[in-house]
Amino acid sequence: MAAKLKGWKEIPEAGTIVEPGNARNYKTGGWRSDRPVWNKETCIHCFFCWIWCPDMAVQVDQANKKMTGINLEYCKGCGVCAEVCPKKCFTMKNEKELTNE
Amino acid sequence: MAFLLKDLLGKDKILTSGHRLCPGCGAPMAVKMVTMATDNPLIITSATGCLEVSTTIYPFTAWDTPWVHSAFENAGATISGLQTAFLAWKKKGKIDKEVKFLAFGGDGGTYDIGLQALSGALERGHDFVYVCYDNQGYMNTGAQRSASTPMGASTTTEPAGKKSIGKRIQRKDLTMIAAAHHNAYAAQSSISHWQDLMSKAKKAFEYEGPAFINVLSPCVRFWRVPSSKTVEIAKLAVETNFWPLFEIENMKLTLNFKPKERKPIIDWIKAQGRYKHLLQAGNEPVIDEIQKEVDAYFDYLVRLSSI
Ligand code: SF4
Ligand code: SF4
Repeated sequence: MAAKLKGWKEIPEAGTIVEPGNARNYKTGGWRSDRPVWNKETCIHCFFCWIWCPDMAVQVDQANKKMTGINLEYCKGCGVCAEVCPKKCFTMKNEKELTNE
Repeated sequence: MAFLLKDLLGKDKILTSGHRLCPGCGAPMAVKMVTMATDNPLIITSATGCLEVSTTIYPFTAWDTPWVHSAFENAGATISGLQTAFLAWKKKGKIDKEVKFLAFGGDGGTYDIGLQALSGALERGHDFVYVCYDNQGYMNTGAQRSASTPMGASTTTEPAGKKSIGKRIQRKDLTMIAAAHHNAYAAQSSISHWQDLMSKAKKAFEYEGPAFINVLSPCVRFWRVPSSKTVEIAKLAVETNFWPLFEIENMKLTLNFKPKERKPIIDWIKAQGRYKHLLQAGNEPVIDEIQKEVDAYFDYLVRLSSI
C-alpha cells in the first residue's frame, strides 16, 4: 500500500502535502475483520449509520436521499453502524467466513 | 433551525476516508458533525494528538481543506495567527471569501498542554472556533492520565492496583474555564447527540468572536469498550449526567438536556473496562463519591441556569 516515496528535492518546502484529501488513496478496508452486511429491505433511510460512521464509508445517493451501501475499500468493520441502526439492518459477518462461503 | 440528515448528505467531505484513526473512534465523528455545520470555506489546525497524527501520515492527508499542523501546546496561537493573517489579506483585497477558522485539540492538547495558548486566544477575542475532542486521556501514546481523566479510571500513569483506585481526583471542568472568558461562546456536547453538537457548532461559527466546544468523543480502545459501542457509551455519559450538555453565552448558562430520571453512575462505570477494578468489593465508597460529585455538579449547573 505504500506509495512510491519522493526524493528530498521533489518534496515541497516544509513537507507540505499539496494534494488535499489524498488519504483517499490509502485504503483502510484491509483492517476489517468483521464486515457489516446490509439488508436493503428493512432500511428506512434514516442515515443514522451515515452520520456516525467514523470512516465516511456509508454510501448515499444524495439526489434521491437513499442509503446505498457500504464502501468496503474503507470500512474498518467497527460495527458502529450495526449498533446505531434502528431497524437492525446490519449483520456483522466475519471476513474469513465470508471468503469461505 | 434544526438540521435534517437527508439535507446534509454529501457534506461529509472535509475529513476523508483513508484516515488511520482506530475503528470506532469518536474523534472523526466529532470532526464530521462540526465541519458540516457551516457552508463557509474552512481553514483548520490541529494540536498534536490522535486526530492530528492519524489524519496526516506523510505523504497523505485526510483533510480536504487547508490544514495546518500545530505543536501540542499552541493550537490556540496557530488559529489566532491564521485568522489575523486572513484579516490582513482581506484588508489588502487579496481575498474576498468568508473563511471560518477552526482548531481541534484533544484533551491532552487542550486541558493540559495547550491551555495557556487557548486562554490567550480566547482573551484576545479572535474570531475562531476551538473544538476539544475529549477522550479523557493521552490515548495516542497509550492512555496516560490527563486533567480530563475521570476519577477512578485506570491509566498507565495512574494504574489501578492493590492500593490504587486509578485516578484519585476529579476531572477539571474545562468548559467552565473557557466560559470564564466572558467574551467567548462556550459549550459542551457529545458525539452521541449530533443535533445538539451541530447546532452548537453552527452557533459557534456564526458567533463574532471566540467560541469553544468541548465534545465527549469516546476512545473505545482505552475506555475498554467494544469498537461498536462509541455512540452508546457517549449517550450513557449524558444520561447519567456525567457529561451534561450545556452552553454559555453572554454569561447566561442554558442546560440543553435534563434527563427525566438520571441513570445511576454505576451504569456508566460498569460498561467500561477502565473502571473494572471499581466493581470489586470494598470500592463502593469510591463509586458513591463519584455519584455525589456528578449530582453536585449537575445541581451547580441547574442553579446557574436558573439565575
Ligand atoms: S462497520 Fe464501522 S467503518 Fe464500517 S461502515 Fe459500519 S460504521 Fe462505518
Ligand atoms: S441506520 Fe439502518 S435504517 Fe438507517 S439508513 Fe442506515 S441501514 Fe438504513
